[in-house]
Amino acid sequence: MIRRALVAIAWLFLAAPVFALQPSPSNEFVPMNQVPPSEQLPAAPLVVAAYAFVWIALFIYLLSIWRRLGKVEAEMQALDRRAGDRTGSR
Amino acid sequence: MRKIFTPLAVVTAAMFAYSPVVIMGAPYESTMGLVQKIFYYHAPSWMVMFLAVFMCGIASLIYVFRSDRRADRVAVAAAELAAVFGLIGLVTGPLWARKAWGVWWQWDARLTTALLLWMIVLGYLLVRRYGGPGSDKLSAVIGVFGMANVPFVYVSVNIWRTVHPTTNVVPTLKAGMRGPFWFCVLAFLMLYSLMFAARVRLEHERARLDELYLAEEE
Repeated sequence: MIRRALVAIAWLFLAAPVFALQPSPSNEFVPMNQVPPSEQLPAAPLVVAAYAFVWIALFIYLLSIWRRLGKVEAEMQALDRRAGDRTGSR
Repeated sequence: MRKIFTPLAVVTAAMFAYSPVVIMGAPYESTMGLVQKIFYYHAPSWMVMFLAVFMCGIASLIYVFRSDRRADRVAVAAAELAAVFGLIGLVTGPLWARKAWGVWWQWDARLTTALLLWMIVLGYLLVRRYGGPGSDKLSAVIGVFGMANVPFVYVSVNIWRTVHPTTNVVPTLKAGMRGPFWFCVLAFLMLYSLMFAARVRLEHERARLDELYLAEEE
């Protein structure tokens, strides 16, 4: 029994450095006027994201108009060709 | 329009390519700093969006009362552009707000009415696409409602207390900011004119194609 108690106490001493490494719990909140620079949200990525989105969105939309116009014009040409073939065969 | 389309497209592309240089040359705003530069694309996109909704509304009114098919095609083209420029405004706004206000979104009068206006435009396009026969007149009425909503969105910042800057910001812009801002507005207006012309042409071509198919069936 005494041996077991001595081993337990020895383990507690071994754990002492681990407890020493832990940060001490805060006892109070300290107010400050400004957020430290490391905590501030950088503006550059937001600005770049905004401009990139505008350019990409407009480019995709322009491409979609171009593609749709091309499709309609190709369909009209195919119709014209079919009509020409029909009149030629008569 | 075809003759001036290419030169106008070249000038517009050059203006957009040069716009970041102009914007970087503008002075920083005292409280917001760099993130305020989003303003130079954000505000013009909403201005163009309002213009597109107005054009859609007026063309829809003409279509409702006169059943003019050309007006209907103009309304569809303008509605689609309103959705695109509205989306740009709705995405660039939160990117600016995250830094300036500390939040992505705020359910205040300006932001909420702007979102509602964009949803009305989306409603117009969805009714048009999936509404079936007769949806053209129904969507035209939605287009008129959208137009009626624009003045409310515009003055919302002056009537209700919001976090969004008031309409007084643009008329009181300082000299260094005024030039880049109106440069961007002009670039957006020119791009809108070009896209609008191309989009109306697409509607005309589609109508012609339908007529050709009908003629072939007969």
